[in-house]
Amino acid sequence: MQLARVVGTVVTTHKDANLAAVKLLVLQPLAPDGTAAGRALVAVDAAGAGVGERVFFVRGKEASFPFHPVEVPTDAGVVGIVDHWDLVP
Amino acid sequence: MLLARVVGTVVATRKDPRLVSNKLLIARPMDPRGKPEGNYLVAVDTVDAGVGETVLIVSGSSARMAAGMKDCPVDAAIVGIIDSVEVTD
Repeated sequence: MQLARVVGTVVTTHKDANLAAVKLLVLQPLAPDGTAAGRALVAVDAAGAGVGERVFFVRGKEASFPFHPVEVPTDAGVVGIVDHWDLVP
Repeated sequence: MLLARVVGTVVATRKDPRLVSNKLLIARPMDPRGKPEGNYLVAVDTVDAGVGETVLIVSGSSARMAAGMKDCPVDAAIVGIIDSVEVTD
């Protein structure tokens, strides 16, 4: 799983039927120091996250597991909202 | 998942039987602001997308979860046509 900041939302009308009623978020992955790390991506929301929040997300087929038994076609999904994180130097 | 712009089509006569009757499109990934990034890829179209449209692409084994792609040898599928992307940061 990776840390990310939610930086935006995506609107689609015409899409896979199993993506209906699923919120799509634009994520910017973060390094532990809070700086951007890597390319932005689109992820489904399984945690009720919103723009500006720091979250962690899962990549791969596992991203659809929160919606079981519906097979949501996604390779990235937000599974938690981060309250805070600590780094021990 | 990736945001991408459809830039072309692929025609293949000889291919895996499970790919028959599927439309193949060439897509150029882009960042949430529309700037192209990364390499072109070939994706199976499951939502009747066309050249010039901005689409949502699911990659990896999750691509097989798109409608009609069960057990098909694909690693990228177009699962949505993007209406709008809103980015705030």
